[in-house]
Amino acid sequence: MTAPILSARDVRKSYGRGANRFDALKAVSLDIREGESIAIVGKSGSGKSTLMHVLALLDQPTDGTVELAGTDTRALSGAALNRARNQTFGFVFQQFFLTPNASVLENVMLPLKIAGVGRAERRRRALESLEQLELGDKAKNKAVNLSGGQKQRTVIARALVNRPRVIFADEPTGNLDTATGAVVEDILFDLNREHGITLIIVTHDEELAERCDRRVHIRDGLIVDVIENPTATKSADAESASEPEAAATAAERAA
Amino acid sequence: MRPADLVGAAAGNTFRSKTRTILTILAIFVGAFTLTITNGLGTGINRYIDDTVAAMGADDVMTVTKVAENATDDSDGPREYDPDAIVSEREGPPGTTNVVAPIGPAELDDLAGIDGVVRVQPVKSVDVDSIAHEGGTEYEIGIGGFVSGMRLQLAAGEQPDAAASGYEVVIPDAYLDVLGFDDADAAIDEPVTLAVTDAERTRHELEATVVGVAEASLGTTSSAVPNEALNDALFAAQSTGLDASQRDIYSQATVWFDPASTADEITALQDRLDDAGYDSTTVAERLGAFKSVIDGIVLVLNAFAIIALLAASFGIVNTLLMSVQERTREIGLMKAMGMGSGKVFGLFSLEAVFIGFLGSAIGAGLGMVVGSAISSVLGGRLLADLPGLTLIAFDPVSIVVIIVLVMGVAFLAGTLPAVRAARADPVESLRYE
Repeated sequence: MTAPILSARDVRKSYGRGANRFDALKAVSLDIREGESIAIVGKSGSGKSTLMHVLALLDQPTDGTVELAGTDTRALSGAALNRARNQTFGFVFQQFFLTPNASVLENVMLPLKIAGVGRAERRRRALESLEQLELGDKAKNKAVNLSGGQKQRTVIARALVNRPRVIFADEPTGNLDTATGAVVEDILFDLNREHGITLIIVTHDEELAERCDRRVHIRDGLIVDVIENPTATKSADAESASEPEAAATAAERAA
Repeated sequence: MRPADLVGAAAGNTFRSKTRTILTILAIFVGAFTLTITNGLGTGINRYIDDTVAAMGADDVMTVTKVAENATDDSDGPREYDPDAIVSEREGPPGTTNVVAPIGPAELDDLAGIDGVVRVQPVKSVDVDSIAHEGGTEYEIGIGGFVSGMRLQLAAGEQPDAAASGYEVVIPDAYLDVLGFDDADAAIDEPVTLAVTDAERTRHELEATVVGVAEASLGTTSSAVPNEALNDALFAAQSTGLDASQRDIYSQATVWFDPASTADEITALQDRLDDAGYDSTTVAERLGAFKSVIDGIVLVLNAFAIIALLAASFGIVNTLLMSVQERTREIGLMKAMGMGSGKVFGLFSLEAVFIGFLGSAIGAGLGMVVGSAISSVLGGRLLADLPGLTLIAFDPVSIVVIIVLVMGVAFLAGTLPAVRAARADPVESLRYE
C-alpha cells in the first residue's frame, strides 16, 4: 500500500500561554489516502478548521508531525512549503475570496501567476479550467457580477487550475442555496471520482459529509469518531477508474 | 511569481481605489513639482554663470599679480608709500584698491619657470579714448581683455581670432545704434576707428574690423574686445614716448595652465605661485562666491520641496496601510496559494514605488512645462536686461535624479505597510468564524 498523501501524527495545536492556554487540537492522528474523499465534521470551535489549516500546511502544529506524501513537512523550508501548497493543493472557501473588480479569468489565473507560469500558458490553462466548469463565457466578466453559484464555480476553477492532488474545501456550500449547493457538491465529487483528486471537506453539514468516503468527527480538539461510508453516493457509479481501488482499501480497513 | 507579473500586479492594484490613489499621487506631485522648479532655477542660473565665466576668460587661465613688499592688511593701519607699487582697482565695493608690485621682464621669466605654468603673458591694459564709425560721432568705450579660449556671448558674428594678424574687434550691442548700425548683423565686417592718447598727449587712431557683437552679460557689459594683434597695437600706440623700462612694466600677467588640471592641481599651482610671491585668481574663483550664494538659495528651496515630499510620503504610508487592511483576505489567499512573504513585500513596496513614480513623473513633467513658460515670460520682460539667462533650465540628469529620489522616498514609505502585509498570517487572514 502506498504512503498516504497526508498523514498527521499526534498533532497538537495550542494558542496562548499559561492560564489563557487553549488547546485547539489534542493529539490528532489521521491518514488521508490519495484519491479518497474525506469530511472533517464538527461544530464551530471544535478544531476542524485548525486541523484543515495544519493539514494544508498553512499552520504549524505546536507538537507532532504532518507528512506530505511521506515527507516530514517540518524539514521543508518556507519556500518549499509555499511550492508544495501551490502545486499540490487547491483551496475552496465558503466566502469565495475572489478579487471583486478583477475579471473571472484574472482570478482563476492567480495560482499560476504565483507559480510563475508564462502569460500565454496560464491564460490557456485558466480558460481550460473555466470551460471544465462551464464558465468559459464568463471569463471576461468581473467577479463581483457573478451569482453565488458562479462565484463558487470560479473558486473551484481556481483551485483546479494548477492541477492539484488535493482540494481543501472549507464549508464549500455554506454560502449557497440548496439547489446551487447541490450542483457545487456534484462538481467536487465528480472531480474526486473522475480525476482522482483527493477531496478534504470541512463542514458541519451532515448531509454533505455523508457523501464522502469517510467522515471524521471532531469535538474539542479530538477525533471522536471515524465513519467509513461504503455506500457513499459516489460508489453508485462503479465505472470510475479510482473507484474499485478506493472500495478495496475501504474494505481492507473494515476487515 | 515572475518579476514582470509582480510589477504588473502592483501597477494594477494601484488603481483599485482610484480616489485614494489619485489624492496620494497629488501630494507627491506637489513635492516633485516644487523640487523640479527649484532645481531648474539652480540649473538655469548656474548655467548662466558658467556662460558668463566663459565670457570673462578661458578656464585654463589665471590672473597673477605680484604681492607688494609693503602690502599689508587694512587693519594693520596706513601703508608705507612705495614709489614703485601700482595701485589698481579691483573687483569689490567702490574704492577698494589693492597695492601690487610691478611685473617686469624678470618677473615674467620667473613666472614662466614655475612648475605647471604653460605660458605667461603680461596683461597689456589699454585705455581707449573713443570709438567711431566712418567719421561719425566719437563715443567713449572701455577695452576688455581677450585671451584665447574665452567665449564671449555674441548676438552676431564670431569670436575675435587670437591668432589673426589683422585688427579685429567685438563691440557691445549697446553701441550699435549710436554708431549707426541697423542691427547686430549689419555691424559685422564694418570698420570702426579706435582712438588712443599716448603719454605725450599725442592722439593715435587705429582702424579695426568688427567681427562680432557681444550681448551684455555679467562679465563684459560695455567694453569692446579686441583681438591680440589690435590690443598689442593699441598698447604700443599708448606707450609711445615711454622709455623701455617704463614700457615693460605691467600690473598683471596672465598665466595659462594645463586645461586638464583637476581642482587640486590648480590649487597646488596657486600655492606654488603664492610661495613665489604672486597672488593668483582663476576665472571660476571670481564668480565662485556668487555661485555659492545661488547654490545656497537653491539648497534652501530644495529643502522646502523635500519637506513637501516627506509630508506626501506619510500619505503613501496611510494609503498603503488602508490598502493592506482592505486586502487582508486577498493577501492571506495569495500566501495560502504559495506566494512567499518576500513577494508579498515586493508587491506592496512596488505599489508604493509606482505611486511615487506617477507623482514624480507628472510633477516633473508639469514642472518643466510651467518652468519653461515662466522662464520665457520673465525672460521677455523682467529679465530682458540679462540676455542669455534662462531663469529655469532643465537638465535631463537632474530630472531623472528627482524621479528616482521620489521613488526612493516612496519605497521607504511603503516598507511599513509592506512589512505588515508580508507578516500577515494566512490562517489569521482567512478566518471568518
